[in-house]
Amino acid sequence: MTDILDIARSQVLERGEGLAEAQVLAVLRLGDERLEEALALAHAVRLRWCGAAVEVEGIVSLKTGGCPEDCHFCSQSGRFETPVRAARLDVGSLVEAARQTAATGATEFCIVAAVRGPDERLMREVGEGIAAIRAAVDIDIACSLGILTAAQADELQDMGVHRYNHNLEAARSHFAQVVTTHTWEERRATLELVRERGMQVCCGCIIGMGETLEQRAELAAQLAEVDPDEVPMNFLDPRPGTPFAGLPAVPAADALRAIAAFRLALPRTILRFAGGRELTLGDLGARQGVLGGINAIIVGNYLTTLGRDPQDDLDLLAELSMPVKELSRTL
Amino acid sequence: MTVAVHCDGCGRLAADGDHTTCRARRAATDPPRYCTDCGRKLVVQVLPLDWTARCVRCGPLVR
Repeated sequence: MTDILDIARSQVLERGEGLAEAQVLAVLRLGDERLEEALALAHAVRLRWCGAAVEVEGIVSLKTGGCPEDCHFCSQSGRFETPVRAARLDVGSLVEAARQTAATGATEFCIVAAVRGPDERLMREVGEGIAAIRAAVDIDIACSLGILTAAQADELQDMGVHRYNHNLEAARSHFAQVVTTHTWEERRATLELVRERGMQVCCGCIIGMGETLEQRAELAAQLAEVDPDEVPMNFLDPRPGTPFAGLPAVPAADALRAIAAFRLALPRTILRFAGGRELTLGDLGARQGVLGGINAIIVGNYLTTLGRDPQDDLDLLAELSMPVKELSRTL
Repeated sequence: MTVAVHCDGCGRLAADGDHTTCRARRAATDPPRYCTDCGRKLVVQVLPLDWTARCVRCGPLVR
């Protein structure tokens, strides 16, 4: 049998064809002694098919907490007794957050709300917020507002939303162990609405929610089938009060193996370091990830938790001679 | 300097129990979550480069 990394070298690096599910599983099963080799190959694939530039993004929570859904990893669910209390951001603060994000060199600013899907009030707030940001800040705007109707997808397109995030979060076979208040298929349907309207599709996952390696490989394959413009990779940060509070953090080697495997499954996708990387990988892991297939980062803080100092990430990119992607749209 | 009555990580009395995990979480990734004066949950807004926190009874948290 031919070695999986040799196969990946010709299939992914040379021809640009992502690994299939069984092949991803073979990468996830590689021993620690092959990890460095897998990361180096994933990095070469990223350079060949995506280039050296790194996309930097900031995110902010417009509506925090009180969500009716029961995503077991999430401290913003109103169904669990967590330390997060409901909060709402005003338009002025939203614009200031976008301004601060742009000042770091970020080209993408994502407005996020903890909801099943947006109601009229939220759509109005998002519309006002986007208009105010576009008038004051030179940055692409993304949204993550849950499950959309066709009319809401139309509205967001009209507002000029550049990219819409809606994560699959978990493999289809594992989803019911993570969320019971909506289905994997509902999430998939929203992604189709987004794509049909010409907005970029951002669809990610959380590694470490009790899934098997087989389900991790299944998830990579299902993400590849969605063919998103961007895949944010989160690693479970077990939050107090959530059903997943007692799960262990993903070991660093497993997280890095997942990064390499997902890059080999998704050679042309923007693969973003997202939540949980500080806990799982620390400073050393951030470097290894960026040299192992990652080509985008969330700069600064997350929705309810704090991230690395943005300057640390920007210094790392400079040290590695990785230019920050510039805003490319025509203004 | 005021003495914290409640732990800002879990809201329980600071003098009661072990708050090692709370302190570790605060040092790593978490803003304060509970008012150290009254123990109520804070209204916390995390921003890309900053955060703010306010107690509905005791007012804004001053850093």
